[in-house]
Amino acid sequence: MNNIIKKFIPQILAILFVVLIFGFLTLNAQTNMDNRGIDFGFDFLSQESSFDVQFSLIEYSGSDSYSRAFLVGLLNTLLVSFISIIICTILGVIIGVARLSSNYLIKNSAACYVEFFRNIPLLLQIFFWYYAALRALPMPEKANAWFGVTYMTVKGYYIPAMVWENLNIFLYCGLAAIISIIVLRNYANKLRDTQGKQIPVLLYSAALLIVLPILSFVFGGVSLGFELPELKKLSKISYIYEGGISLPPELIALVLALSLYTSTFVAECVRAGIEGVSKGQKEAAASVGLTPNQVLKLVIMPQALRIIIPPTTNQYLNLTKNSSLAAAIAYPDLVLVFAGTALMQTGKAIEIVSITMLTYLTISLTIAAIMNWYNKKIEIKEK
Amino acid sequence: MQTLNFLKPNRDNIKNYSIIGSFLVLVSLIDVISNAFLKINLTSFLPGSLTTLFPLIFGLIGLNMMRIDYSGNKSLDLLNKNINTNNFNALLTLLILFSVVKVLPQSLSWMILDATISGDSKDACTGTGACWTYIKVWFRRFMYGMYPNEFHWRINTAFILVIALGFVGYFMKDNLKKYLALYYVIIYPVIAYLVIYYLISGGSFGLQWVETGAWGGLSLTFIVSFFCLIFCFPLGMIFALGRRSNLPAIKYISICYIEFWRGVPLITVLFMSSVMFPMFLPEDFFMDKLVRVIIAITLFEAAYCAEVIRGGLQSLPRGQYDAAKSLGMGYWKMHIFVILPQALKLVIPGIANTFLALVKDTPLIFVVGLAELAGMLALAKTNPKWLGFAMEGYIFASIVFWIICYAMSKYSYNLEAKYKTER
Repeated sequence: MNNIIKKFIPQILAILFVVLIFGFLTLNAQTNMDNRGIDFGFDFLSQESSFDVQFSLIEYSGSDSYSRAFLVGLLNTLLVSFISIIICTILGVIIGVARLSSNYLIKNSAACYVEFFRNIPLLLQIFFWYYAALRALPMPEKANAWFGVTYMTVKGYYIPAMVWENLNIFLYCGLAAIISIIVLRNYANKLRDTQGKQIPVLLYSAALLIVLPILSFVFGGVSLGFELPELKKLSKISYIYEGGISLPPELIALVLALSLYTSTFVAECVRAGIEGVSKGQKEAAASVGLTPNQVLKLVIMPQALRIIIPPTTNQYLNLTKNSSLAAAIAYPDLVLVFAGTALMQTGKAIEIVSITMLTYLTISLTIAAIMNWYNKKIEIKEK
Repeated sequence: MQTLNFLKPNRDNIKNYSIIGSFLVLVSLIDVISNAFLKINLTSFLPGSLTTLFPLIFGLIGLNMMRIDYSGNKSLDLLNKNINTNNFNALLTLLILFSVVKVLPQSLSWMILDATISGDSKDACTGTGACWTYIKVWFRRFMYGMYPNEFHWRINTAFILVIALGFVGYFMKDNLKKYLALYYVIIYPVIAYLVIYYLISGGSFGLQWVETGAWGGLSLTFIVSFFCLIFCFPLGMIFALGRRSNLPAIKYISICYIEFWRGVPLITVLFMSSVMFPMFLPEDFFMDKLVRVIIAITLFEAAYCAEVIRGGLQSLPRGQYDAAKSLGMGYWKMHIFVILPQALKLVIPGIANTFLALVKDTPLIFVVGLAELAGMLALAKTNPKWLGFAMEGYIFASIVFWIICYAMSKYSYNLEAKYKTER
């Protein structure tokens, strides 16, 4: 009896507490909304949005609905996160390995890089790139070509656009290449395990990846053209580039700041992972007669990756969440388009803020669930 | 007859190799330095791309010749071991050296040599360098926001008092030490709140009332992060214990809370506090924007705090729990006297890191219209009298934040090292 009371009273109290808080808040919200004449509902999502977005990946105009605007914002958020994740991974791995270098200069410059970019608030870095560094770029008419065809100007970065014909055939070929590589790998593993034969899988895969797409060009009727950006005179003093793809300065500033900032954390994860593999493993592998490359590939990396991947995914999640800082420099991401402009126009504060939060929550929880599954899969199975 | 094999230096003719090698490296360095400082191109007689590659090639050959194992020369060995182990390393070494030589003089002359700091208007800045006059004129605004100039002593006094109160724990007598946790968790936040409320807000004791809209600058960063820290710690402790609880209802409430706040970005939380939160408050109940923001950040950081504390709780060996239970201690007794003192000691570095993240997050309150340092910079940047100094402003703010955050991260490393050895 005593035990039951001890077990149930606190739980009931806790539940009651939560219910009371939520009840109190909903009651207040209801009276407040009644007083101000606002009604609760998600009907506004299908209404015409009548505002324009500077930069979007899909077709969008003011006559589209709010849900379309939401999609535009979400895609922009995902785009900036995706680019930054790729850049920060490359930078982070290089810096992390450099921190373990035996070269005094490399080791210390990598350490300086990490300490420098890690200890400045991200918002300040974004502001620095956007308001100070990128504003110092030349006007379109004075810009020099980078690599001959791309132009870095104060109005954005202009790159050639690819014009595909029969793109789907090319994609199918790429897909076929990837599938055949997976099959080849499995076959090679099986052959190695049963007969002890080695096949140069890497060489074959590279050949497959190159040959199949080339075949699609030759036989599949795929063709690739480039549309170059060209300088155009708008008025006497103002010029602009037309054609090609233009990346707005907001996107560049955001990608720079996010990837430089996050790369320091990725670098620390990589360093911790490689340091986490005990020295004995390396020595044991060398004493069995593996070459240094094999030691790295077969012994160090599989163990280091197990330590590196979970915290690094966490950093990717942080990056995705931090990309919401875009709102501060008016890059049209989810927060700016939806929780900013759409909220101002509709006044549906509760609905819009909760949709925004739930979207981020869904992204986070999905990636966290995948990570948990992956961790379970790769964890060392002890008997 | 001595033959010099350029690709395979050996010990026999070490002198020749080291002299020729260091000469070549020196030549390459002189070339780059004269290029950077004196704007003279020593190798202009070479065709286009060779001019730029010349120092790199010469340096590489020189370093290759100097690479002699066990040369017996102490400084040469040290050099080889540290920056010149193989060709790839030598290349990276040269690249780093050259880029430092190229970049450093330019940025130094911009920041210091050509910079202006005299005068008190934009006209003083005529040089090509940075205009620190801008920072000098706006310094008080950057530190205290729009707080009236004649009352700045109030902010300073409040900060000194709060810091002094924080150190009380160090000077407590031994028989009072058991109340230390009580002091820091309950009494100190209340006193600090009262001090800041009465000194900075004013309104009584003959001090003029200054509304929170005027607060700003770096002092606001400190106020926000200080309050968030002292409030989020106890809250985080509760949720950490809740998540480890055997009672399912409490456990799942805690998990939901923690995962919810950890899954959303701070900026949406701030939006929530500024546009959605007022809807949930009773009618005619007004809550200051600063207070709402502090509550929002506290709730947000409490989730991170809870995870850190949970890590500490989990790392304690099971034996501690079993031993406490076998002594007949109940849940609360066990946690207060056995588990929490050990766990909290373990998580001090983690908490320091959370606090560091919190300080780095505070500039975000700019997006809901509170003018801390980043906000004041945005204000100063658009002032018609001071257009065009964004670079100086952001460099200044970056330096200020860098110093604060770097000091804190070093301190947390020290703590980590200290507590690692004690266990």
